[in-house]
Amino acid sequence: MRLAGFGAFAAGVTLLPVLFPDNYFVTVVGVSAGLHVILAVGLNLLIGYAGQISLGHAAFFGMGAYASAILTTRHAWPSLLAMAAGLLIAGSIAWLLARPILRLRGHYLAMATLGFGIIVHVVMVQATGWTGGPDGMAGIPPLNLLGWEVDGDRRWYGVVSAAALLTIWLSLNIVDSRVGRALRAVRGSEFAAQMMGIDAAGAKTQAFVVSALFAAFAGSLFAHQQAFVSPDSFSLMVSVDLVIMVVLGGMASTFGAAFGAIALTLLNEGLVVFEDYEMLIHGALLMIVMIFLPQGLFVGLSQVGRRLSAVFYCQTEKR
Amino acid sequence: MKSKVWKTILASTLLLAGVQPAGAADPIKLGSFLAVTGPASFLGDPELKTLQMLVEEINAKGGVKGRKIELVHYDTGGKAQDAVGFVKRLIRNDQVDILVGGTTSGDTLAVIPEVEKAGIPLVSLAGAIEIVEPVKEWVFKTAHTDRMAAAKIFEDLRKLGLTKVALIGGDGGFDKSGHEQLLKLAPDYGISIIADESYGNKDTDMTAQLTKIRASDAQAVINFGFGQAPAIVTKNMKQLGIDLPLYQSHGVASKTFIELAGEAAEGVRLPAAALVVAEQLPDTDPQKPVLLDYKKRFEAKYGPVSTFGGHAYDGLMIVVAAIERAGGPDKAKVRDEIEKTHGFIGTAGVFNMGPEDHMGLNLDAFKMVEIRGGAWKIVN
Repeated sequence: MRLAGFGAFAAGVTLLPVLFPDNYFVTVVGVSAGLHVILAVGLNLLIGYAGQISLGHAAFFGMGAYASAILTTRHAWPSLLAMAAGLLIAGSIAWLLARPILRLRGHYLAMATLGFGIIVHVVMVQATGWTGGPDGMAGIPPLNLLGWEVDGDRRWYGVVSAAALLTIWLSLNIVDSRVGRALRAVRGSEFAAQMMGIDAAGAKTQAFVVSALFAAFAGSLFAHQQAFVSPDSFSLMVSVDLVIMVVLGGMASTFGAAFGAIALTLLNEGLVVFEDYEMLIHGALLMIVMIFLPQGLFVGLSQVGRRLSAVFYCQTEKR
Repeated sequence: MKSKVWKTILASTLLLAGVQPAGAADPIKLGSFLAVTGPASFLGDPELKTLQMLVEEINAKGGVKGRKIELVHYDTGGKAQDAVGFVKRLIRNDQVDILVGGTTSGDTLAVIPEVEKAGIPLVSLAGAIEIVEPVKEWVFKTAHTDRMAAAKIFEDLRKLGLTKVALIGGDGGFDKSGHEQLLKLAPDYGISIIADESYGNKDTDMTAQLTKIRASDAQAVINFGFGQAPAIVTKNMKQLGIDLPLYQSHGVASKTFIELAGEAAEGVRLPAAALVVAEQLPDTDPQKPVLLDYKKRFEAKYGPVSTFGGHAYDGLMIVVAAIERAGGPDKAKVRDEIEKTHGFIGTAGVFNMGPEDHMGLNLDAFKMVEIRGGAWKIVN
């Protein structure tokens, strides 16, 4: 089932640009959807599986982006090395932060991660010498994969979808591993998990670091793809949007998170034409989903589908 | 089972991707991305209204070269990252012929790489000198630069024989860029900066900084900024009894500033576009009829005019004239024709562009005005 889902997803991703080679919604929106998939799948490990909220995830996304931006433009580092540096920075900060911050629960954890996100955002705005301040940094060189320059929409589509598929595959494997089971146990009851001999703090730290790494990875790709970064892209609203993606798609489901990311990206892109009503429609849709499909769109819809087919199956049986 | 669900999802995604507006051949497509909401909305809002009004009028008269203009607009909210996204969308999805926009310098500077790569003419409505210096092949602008404002202020100081000035400014992009130009130009005018204070644009009291200025022997104060902060500086100076000439930037050339600063605004000087003092211009001024005409049309439709809408007027009219000369919306030809704009009388001044100058305004485009009795008065 898991492999079938992954296969279908991969096939869809590969088929789209073949069917619509120069479609804006595939090669441009598709790329940002892909980046959101990486972010949401990573965050889902933390929120969905480990049951820990993070309202500051855009901070890690921003660290990856700014590391790539600063190191490649100002210090002429090769882009892969800069990406590695970004991963290292985000990963170590997440690791240092994890122990103290993940001791908190519920609202307190939400507040702490929120504060962290805001601090990082303030640094991006104020450290003008490094980050270019509120106006951001332009002219970031294209991503260079060992001599192959990722330039142009279709190449970006290829790279980002490959990266997104890789993260989905990684996440599926983590979830079904010992670590994944430990995480789910921690989410169920931290106390019970500890009684079973699970290192709860260690499991939570791992989830936090891995999701930070995913975010920094997406950030690095984002910086090269946009060729421009500014603090706006890593604000509190972005963190909230990421949580919405995970919740919208369905928590504790890797495909759910990916689906939520794609759905929200397409929604935002589609709503742009409504200008003044954009936020209204956005909010209303979220409310409707949360009321009628509280498990999230993907999980909810697949349950509805299952129920429908069960009904259908019963009827054919009767005949 | 899950794969069945996936197939449905895939099918719907494919359907969604397939729905896109057909590339209509007939109208000339004009793309714009302005900050209609957000902190720069007081700039972007009149700009968009101006574009909409003009496009409507041009289409009512039969369009350009017999083709109607279609305006495709997205609101950036003053977020540069969004501007980049929208410009991509305008170029690839909406396939516009020409771009007018970028309300703020941040928005414009962020999209320049994309615009240059795509090879599409862009007429920016933002201020920073970096937009056209060094000259970029496809990028033009119609708004006055901060360097011109700084030069105009220093010119006025020199006329009055004042040489020692104090600067005070905010922490925004506009403030900082203006500050930099003031520092750069001061030596050319023989002016020494003896105090240099800054505040946060959201601060509500600047008396601490102004007290320091009072203690210095400055002969005049220059406050480069926009929004609420300059009005607070103006008020605080009055409250502290600092009796020095106060210069503001063109960023406050709107009625709102006079309303916010109230009585304290009396005597404040600033470089402003001719639009705010259109009625006071001598009848011989070639700009006067253009200004009064634009003002009348805008005010009949929307209410009080602002210089920022004027930048959109200039941008669109330059583009329309260029399309007419080029005989159609061919990108490269229109670019060449925009560059050849000569003697175009706009609201910001008389434009004379060239391969080395993609703005085409000189210092005469600014008038030094003083606030007297709650209204703008030209000073000579």
